[in-house]
Amino acid sequence: MGSRGIVAAAVYVPHRRLDRTTIAEVAGGGGGTGTRAVAGYDEDTTTMGVEAARAALRGRDVPVPRTLWFSTANPAYVDKTNATAIHAALRLERGSSAFDVNGSVRSVMGALCAALQGSGSHLVVSADLRAGLAGGSDEATFGDGAAALLVGDSDDASLLAEVIGEGTATEEFLDRWRTPGDVRSKVWEERFGETRYVPLGEAAWDDALKSAGLVADQVDRIAIAGTHGRAVGALAKKLGVGDRLVGADVAAGVGNLGAAQPVALLTAALEVAEPGQVVALVVLADGADVVLFRTTDAISSWTPSRPLADQAAGGAPIDYGTYLRWRGILPVEPPRRPEPARPSASAAGRSADWKFGFVGSSAADGAVHLPPQPGDTRAVPMADAKGTIATFTVDRLAYSPSPPVVFAIVDFDGGGRLPVELTDVDVDRVRIGARVELTFRKLFTADGIHNYFWKARLI
Amino acid sequence: MGSHGIKDRVAIVGMGCTRFAEHWDKGLDDLLVEATAEAFTTTGVTKDDVDAYWLGTAQGGMSGMLLAKPLQLEGKPVTRVENMCATGSEALRQAAYAVASGAYDLAMAVGVEKVKDSGYQGLNAFPVPSDGTQRTLTAAAMFSMVAPAYAERYGVPMDELKAVLARIASKNHHNGARNPRAQFQREMSVEQILAMPDVAGCLSVFDCAGVADGAAAAIVCRAEDAHRYTDSPLYVKALSLVAGNGSGLTDPAYDYTTFPEIVRCAEDAYAQAGITDPRVELAMAEVHDCFTPTELVLMEDLGFCDRGTAWKEIQAGAFDLTGDLPVNPDGGLKSFGHPVGASGLRMMFEAWLQLRNEAPADRQIATTADRNLALTHNLGGYPGEMVSFVSIVGTSSSLA
Repeated sequence: MGSRGIVAAAVYVPHRRLDRTTIAEVAGGGGGTGTRAVAGYDEDTTTMGVEAARAALRGRDVPVPRTLWFSTANPAYVDKTNATAIHAALRLERGSSAFDVNGSVRSVMGALCAALQGSGSHLVVSADLRAGLAGGSDEATFGDGAAALLVGDSDDASLLAEVIGEGTATEEFLDRWRTPGDVRSKVWEERFGETRYVPLGEAAWDDALKSAGLVADQVDRIAIAGTHGRAVGALAKKLGVGDRLVGADVAAGVGNLGAAQPVALLTAALEVAEPGQVVALVVLADGADVVLFRTTDAISSWTPSRPLADQAAGGAPIDYGTYLRWRGILPVEPPRRPEPARPSASAAGRSADWKFGFVGSSAADGAVHLPPQPGDTRAVPMADAKGTIATFTVDRLAYSPSPPVVFAIVDFDGGGRLPVELTDVDVDRVRIGARVELTFRKLFTADGIHNYFWKARLI
Repeated sequence: MGSHGIKDRVAIVGMGCTRFAEHWDKGLDDLLVEATAEAFTTTGVTKDDVDAYWLGTAQGGMSGMLLAKPLQLEGKPVTRVENMCATGSEALRQAAYAVASGAYDLAMAVGVEKVKDSGYQGLNAFPVPSDGTQRTLTAAAMFSMVAPAYAERYGVPMDELKAVLARIASKNHHNGARNPRAQFQREMSVEQILAMPDVAGCLSVFDCAGVADGAAAAIVCRAEDAHRYTDSPLYVKALSLVAGNGSGLTDPAYDYTTFPEIVRCAEDAYAQAGITDPRVELAMAEVHDCFTPTELVLMEDLGFCDRGTAWKEIQAGAFDLTGDLPVNPDGGLKSFGHPVGASGLRMMFEAWLQLRNEAPADRQIATTADRNLALTHNLGGYPGEMVSFVSIVGTSSSLA
């Protein structure tokens, strides 16, 4: 019998970075040094999850996921499953399942453990969009982003790392909480949480080492995730982590990704790990979970499609006012245009391959049609196609959650043209002939319905 | 199979047109009553004498009852038609063909739009339930993409092209200033227009059609009956319509410097009318200047000048009121305003005035004595996906 472990992994960090030093001037306090990642106005946890999952599945020969788990502390919908939109965007088979494990930061560990204990290939997607009120410490220390792991068996996939041990500890206590719908999380006095978390972490750590038959010194890289920064630091000290700790650059440039932080830090560890190393993921969230992995020889030939270090160092600035506006913390006058109508559920259902999967069609002569054209016989998946801007315009009149609308006529490599909105874009950088790729976004929300579709962004 | 047209078989014998304006004090019914009343009067008939009605409105309401109610028509067939911004022209086309078929002796085409009740600036399409993937760009932004594409293809510096576009707007304001029914009756210099801020691409609000309420109407009969109603009818030489299949949006070969639907439509209209050189044969043209780059490209698509030369011809004044071929002598959509369903018939109203020498003296075209044909061009949609209408009318009939 083969082993089980990680087949692929990726982190998605959105394009914008808020300079923490700009916060205090407006908010009267708060902020700090470095930057935090900021989701676009057209992103939510579902769209960021799609981007992380696409990056994970790209660039490696991987099995098709049979089960999709989506975990976030900030779901775009409740009642309705969010994982199904990710399932559709990834064009997974109808016969495969998609589940939300949502609400708490810890829920992602439930998904990961279910994936590791299950059979077949499981895609674990996690995402978070974290704001907090202006000037607060959450605003400065957290970030927005997503991370995805593909879990499978060594029998049908080449593992990057195999799971070798697990430990867990659970305790009911109140450290951090948020009422559904609120932007602000509340926290109890930090010292209390610290006194709960550190022993829980130690207990889970010891259990995991025991189950793996290892001693602490044999662990090469240690990722500790948790929303309680002080407890994370105290546990790292207690465990004697030292320079084996992963993720300092993520905290400085991107921020704590909340529900996405565990998988993001594990991915960060794997991206720099060498073959045969033991990597520990430690998560402090309403208890403690520890998973130990040993990297395989395959990791030496793995080239992540979007390395976290590159993303952490990249991005473009956003001013604090725009950040507040995008998160709805600073309510601003909406454009004096009619708001868009809600998309039709039945129409969207009929065109799900196009709307969520960006699947066009082609005719007998091979011409690609976007959207698919009646009479065409062949479906043509185009979400991974790159294109060139044939012409573009800036529309200061059209309704947008964040005017102006930048719009381009894009000709895709391999055929097909689509007039499509650009995103993550600074107007003065758009040129005829510029290269673009596609990204899954939320065009607008109407009647509570998130209108998901694709936009293009400069490469 | 073939597009044969109805050259000289139908005549326009009476017309009416309201002022186009922000009619805060007039509703759709008021506008319909006003435009049709003028048409009945000029024709010398009553509503009961007209056998059938076609009502064009893009978003004014549903069904023929929209006209039957305010006019209190008794037992008349009324059909509501819609073909985007070419709606008014479509109403005329239906009425003319109905008369040509022999089904009716006298038919009326009415176009109306009450756009200023929406509470928002500009034109706003009503929402059709959809999958939400359709672009939500404004028409201004869609047409704005023509300008840089044209500049690129013909090597015109963007500054120069902007001046050309401003000249188009300035010319139409000049003409509108001589039109008591126009929405904007004030001249605007090229310099004033160039100083306006961009709102969509390189277009300012002065590159866009005026948004106005209004109505216009025409009464048609078989050509042989025309002189029962007027001494100077307009004979219908051609009515052509092309509905695009949207291929420009998906075809990488489309370059935004031409509107293929209009080229096809114009060719068909010229064939119906027997016109070989529109630049020489036409006395005037009313074209769909929804945005200034549209008028620029239309000059080439309608065959008024060679490809790549319209910008020079415009600068040389070829399409001015006193130019070689006056275009939009009434001020066009730019100055007259654009009540969607009414615009096609408003264009025809200017042909009606000009060819019959009834335009105000300060905008009457001098050449109508030598040239007695007028063209109206009306489009709906956007670059890459549009409907196009072209009509040609004249004061003499080959069958008379």
